[in-house]
Amino acid sequence: MSIMGDPGTTGRFGTFGGRFVPEPLMPACQELEQAFREAWSDPAFIEEYRGILRTFGGRPTPVTKCHRLSEHLGITLLLKREDLAHTGSHKLNNVIGQALLTKRMGKTKMIAETGAGQHGVASATAAALLGLECTVYMGEVDTQRQQLNVFRMELLGATVHAVTTGSRTLKDAVNEAMRTWVAEVEDTHYCLGSVMGPHPFPWMVREFQRVIGDEARQQLLDDEHGVPDFVVACVGGGSNAAGIFAGFVDTDASLIGVEAAGGAAVTTGSPGVLHGMRSQLIQDDQGQITEAHSISAGLDYPGIGPEHAHLDEIGRARYVSAGDEEVLEALQMLARLEGIIPALETAHGLAWIIREAGGEIPHGSTVLLNLSGRGDKDVAQVRAILRGEG
Amino acid sequence: MAAPDLTLSFAEHAAAGRKLLVPYVMAGAEPDWIDTIEALSLAGADAIEVGLPFSDPIIDGPTIQAAGIRSLEAGTTAVSALAELARRDIAVPLVVMTYYNVIAHLGHERFAGLAIDAGVSGAIVPDLSLEEIDGWARVCDDIGIATVLLVAPSTSPERTAHVCSRSRGFVYAVARMGVTGERSELGDEAAVVVEKIRHTTSPPVCVGIGVSTPDQARRVTEVADGVVVGSALVRRLSEGCGPDGAAAFIGELRAAIDA
Repeated sequence: MSIMGDPGTTGRFGTFGGRFVPEPLMPACQELEQAFREAWSDPAFIEEYRGILRTFGGRPTPVTKCHRLSEHLGITLLLKREDLAHTGSHKLNNVIGQALLTKRMGKTKMIAETGAGQHGVASATAAALLGLECTVYMGEVDTQRQQLNVFRMELLGATVHAVTTGSRTLKDAVNEAMRTWVAEVEDTHYCLGSVMGPHPFPWMVREFQRVIGDEARQQLLDDEHGVPDFVVACVGGGSNAAGIFAGFVDTDASLIGVEAAGGAAVTTGSPGVLHGMRSQLIQDDQGQITEAHSISAGLDYPGIGPEHAHLDEIGRARYVSAGDEEVLEALQMLARLEGIIPALETAHGLAWIIREAGGEIPHGSTVLLNLSGRGDKDVAQVRAILRGEG
Repeated sequence: MAAPDLTLSFAEHAAAGRKLLVPYVMAGAEPDWIDTIEALSLAGADAIEVGLPFSDPIIDGPTIQAAGIRSLEAGTTAVSALAELARRDIAVPLVVMTYYNVIAHLGHERFAGLAIDAGVSGAIVPDLSLEEIDGWARVCDDIGIATVLLVAPSTSPERTAHVCSRSRGFVYAVARMGVTGERSELGDEAAVVVEKIRHTTSPPVCVGIGVSTPDQARRVTEVADGVVVGSALVRRLSEGCGPDGAAAFIGELRAAIDA
């Protein structure tokens, strides 16, 4: 397999990936893989997918050159503006693809998990657009942290199910969505939100997100920036990073994934099996999965997509981490110098760039950051923290 | 005393026409869980499925999830539970049920070795599919642990044949699409799954997931070789029925399937 190519029927990325699901779900995973393979080579499907992203989703999203921040850091900083896509993040790229597949498979319902709520809102949006029933599983802790997003999903006609098992956060929302999928697989598609889970999800979601990288590659060529020296993205499960990396994996650009320091599956985790995949996980010495902790609910995931674990293993991408404090500073700096309030998740990527400009990133470098989402959802939380109430 | 062997024992029982009864107990969920296992072995169980807790049990419903959390909070680990089992001689075969990460984290050989020392002769690892099982199954074949695989209502006839030929000890027929838990109505999916398996060559067939009452157990064993009862027993144990109460419930199930 070429790097970031088709992982074949086993869904392996080196030693990672695979399909570790209970027998009742195996046929559904196989059906999904076949449906995706057929759809992704069907020009009519691809045209419909791209058409919706264009006329409904606001693609292509622009690339913005940061003037003031670039000068401040001594680098050329470019932002791929996924925050300007409909629903405010890159998540729509994936859910439009999966919602179209749901219909193609003759299913009428979608279930989804969500942490910060971005994927839940995107799923509810795609379901409304295409006339599907949608239920979103969200950890009870996250429904309290993200009350407005819960209401947003409900406005869009989705049902939000607060998950009260386990740590009541993202990983438990995934567990509960999988349990529901087992019982309702006949008419229900599980619209997984990141490049994780059993095959074909890691591959399929990366393919639906690669539009980010493919667009950016062309836009940088058109604007005469050429290939950047660094391509940077935040990583929870890793879908926005996979999407932008896919457009540059065959270049000389350094690919950098930035995890939350409290959820750094690559740098502090070890190999294991969770949620249908073999990947890098945060776990204790008995193989029990431990909770991830981060200022951003979207990065509170104790694992990482298996393809990222593979890119790390072969040295094609590097994974680093950023802490809560520098993330808050990065968010404020982008707001004040460039007039853009990024999502807390996204601010992790920026925090690393700010820290390493003039260090690991030599002055004069061109750096492309995937600005994966806008910060509106985080404003109340950021205000509370900055006022010392958080 | 050599531990009873799942494959031999079940083949003998099936040949003799004895219906198989397999209760499930979560290791460490109650302080006296080992006494419960002993009591069940004397009350008519043909094998006992012993759950080893995992933080993210995706095929388990609320009752067994809660038992797993109690067990983990009490400090149970795979190593500690197997060590406790090793200190008792249980008169019927033991089958461990856990998720793959627990095994992978210890390593195939080490886990299998500890299991053998504990008198275990079978293993159910529900998230280890036919496609992923080879490495673990090879170790089990070598050391003498039967790898029990699942067949679901959604499994195609062709796939059923593959699963059954790789399954050892017995085949676990999933009675209905869904997670573990008690059901008031079992539906007829169980019979359809068993019928599908009957068209292949397979070890004895036990139906599990959702079987909660003596009457359901009796109806299931009219078509299948045996029955696995999990949540209905785990709930009674969580409510404090203790080893004696567990034995009494298993006695009722035994009487129903022997009737």
